[in-house]
Amino acid sequence: MSEDLKHFVSSAPFDPVSIEQLTPEQEKYYLASQWQMMWWRFKGHRLAVFAGIVLILSYLSIIISELIAPYALHTRHTDHIYAPPQAIHFMHEGDFVGPFVYPLNYTLNMDTLKREYSENTSEPRSIRFLCSGDPYEFWGLFDASFHFVCPDKKGTLFLMGTDRLGRDMLSRLIYGARISLTVGLIGITISFILGITIGGMAGYFGGWVDSSVQRVIEILKSLPELPLWMALSAALPANWSPLLIYLGITIILGLLDWPGLARAVRSKLLALREEDYAVAARLMGSTPKHIIGRHLLPNFMSHLIASATLSVPSMILGETALSFLGLGLRPPITSWGVLLSEAQNIESVALYPWLMVPMLPVVIIVLAFNFLGDGLRDAADPYD
Amino acid sequence: MYQYFLRRICIMGLTLVVISALVFIIIQLPPGDYLTTYIEELKAQGEVVDPKKITFLRSQYGLDKPMTTQYFVWLVGMLQGDFGYSFEYDLPVTDVVGDRMWLSMILNFATVLFVYMMSFPIGVYSATHQYSWGDHGLTFIGFLGLATPNFLLALILLYFANVWFGTSIGGLMEPEFIDQPWTWGKIKSVLAHLWVPVVVIGTSGTAGMIRRLRANLLDELQKQYVVTGRAKGLGELRLLIKYPMRMALNPFIADIGSLLPQVVSGSVIVSAVMSLPTTGPMLLSALQSQDMYLAGSFLMFLAVLTVIGMFVSDVLLAMLDPRIRLDGGVKR
Repeated sequence: MSEDLKHFVSSAPFDPVSIEQLTPEQEKYYLASQWQMMWWRFKGHRLAVFAGIVLILSYLSIIISELIAPYALHTRHTDHIYAPPQAIHFMHEGDFVGPFVYPLNYTLNMDTLKREYSENTSEPRSIRFLCSGDPYEFWGLFDASFHFVCPDKKGTLFLMGTDRLGRDMLSRLIYGARISLTVGLIGITISFILGITIGGMAGYFGGWVDSSVQRVIEILKSLPELPLWMALSAALPANWSPLLIYLGITIILGLLDWPGLARAVRSKLLALREEDYAVAARLMGSTPKHIIGRHLLPNFMSHLIASATLSVPSMILGETALSFLGLGLRPPITSWGVLLSEAQNIESVALYPWLMVPMLPVVIIVLAFNFLGDGLRDAADPYD
Repeated sequence: MYQYFLRRICIMGLTLVVISALVFIIIQLPPGDYLTTYIEELKAQGEVVDPKKITFLRSQYGLDKPMTTQYFVWLVGMLQGDFGYSFEYDLPVTDVVGDRMWLSMILNFATVLFVYMMSFPIGVYSATHQYSWGDHGLTFIGFLGLATPNFLLALILLYFANVWFGTSIGGLMEPEFIDQPWTWGKIKSVLAHLWVPVVVIGTSGTAGMIRRLRANLLDELQKQYVVTGRAKGLGELRLLIKYPMRMALNPFIADIGSLLPQVVSGSVIVSAVMSLPTTGPMLLSALQSQDMYLAGSFLMFLAVLTVIGMFVSDVLLAMLDPRIRLDGGVKR
């Protein structure tokens, strides 16, 4: 009987995993690390990627502010006080002459006492590129005079107008980014460290530590932020150096921001500390610090980074608001808030509206951080 | 319910005591006190300051006593309605403050009301018309509202009012009513002026609220009971109002906890920009001149405002949502 059965036997060599063979794409997907998957997910958010690029460019710009700005920070043009923004033209009397501006003629309107400027369209002043212009000290280290863009040797270039001392607004904006953008980063670092330490202790130890931390968080959360910031920064001694004031403000901004992060860390830790691997680590004699930092925190680090990104804007806005009110940074430090505090006088703003220009970068940066944070938050959990 | 109410009041009292201690520490932080500044000022003007006068003033204002005594005197005084003495105005704080606290309260209350009235219909529309043009547009405006700090919004409004109408929209009432007793006309004038700061302060809160309501409602709209209701032939509007909207309402009320501090913060800076006769501008100047009792009572007032607001929202939530445990037996 057995001869009747026809067995088919493949002559190909036997491969035990042939059924489970993955296509290259599948393999790439399954072997990807967590960060790799987060990156793929993040790339899907066009807006978040765009916001990220904007932020990276802005942060890169603060490294070379001196090169980007057409003028140095404190250069004054006493004959161009409150000059309006100069428009860039390309065609002069029907001919293409490349980018240039028309010089400004100044007259004082004796009726309204308003400074009036008119364009002198007879002599175009071309804009120079990669040139030597207004001298500056690069990061206070060495003297240089190289700029990406400079005005004509005899002319001026105020693309966003000048302020009451005749300083170029655009240059001051570019320099102001240095302070305004870093305030948020230092502040968030402080609040991050505080939040992880305090929230970690509360979540890991539980008991009275937890409940007292909870009470403190509740109290801090019920206080309105800005008045408290105002009170604390009013307490900074007036005779401190600008750098100390700057550090003081960042610390104040960070000091009140940690409760949100601490809460997130706590609630995660409460669940995670009961996991088998945490118990195993404890039984093998690891210290709480080691267990929290090494085994528990990495579980939700990405979430923490995303939520930290979302609280950077509130710090940038906080600094802006404080400086605007005159309680935060003070000249000669230049931040966007300090620049805006010049726009406090509504009468002068009505005459010289370009004083409000520092609003633009504030809004753009805050929006960018919000979009980036949203994208990061979605990408933070790539396994669902 | 009754027990929960009592426990909540106790917690609120404790919180306020801790906050008062915090506020007292903060207003004591600046080096020196108002008298040292005052003496410096006199010396700068070339006047000779008699040391006896200084010690007299010190004991007069109680500045020579230890910190803890000063704190308790301040705390007990506040409970009796005596908020201390303003050095700068040379008047008791209660006289300096006058109407300001009431106006602050009205402003904050009106703003919260505005936030709710605006965000509710918009949020519901956004959620029920997800990814429509209206939703995208509203989302964009919402993001812009979140990103524009309210004091900048105030500045922009002031600017356009100045350019277009040539008037200032600052202030909370017609000049003739300032420092006048409350009359019908004054109330009307205040109401007519109130909407500008209310819109300015409320914008970012509204934007945030819309986003949260939209997210909540979107979650609810996908649940089984909605599908069931629809399958049974319930009309769309009726279905929406009867079930998911009620569910989405809870976080709406609970959110007052994060909304109130935001509104109070916003009102302080917007009042300073628009020079409203509320606590904001005075708090600013009191902080700048180290007028500690004045600054302290303003800070305290703002904190009390938020803490009481949160208490009310907790009680409301407990009454509205039967699932919330009143005895608080579960810790985590």
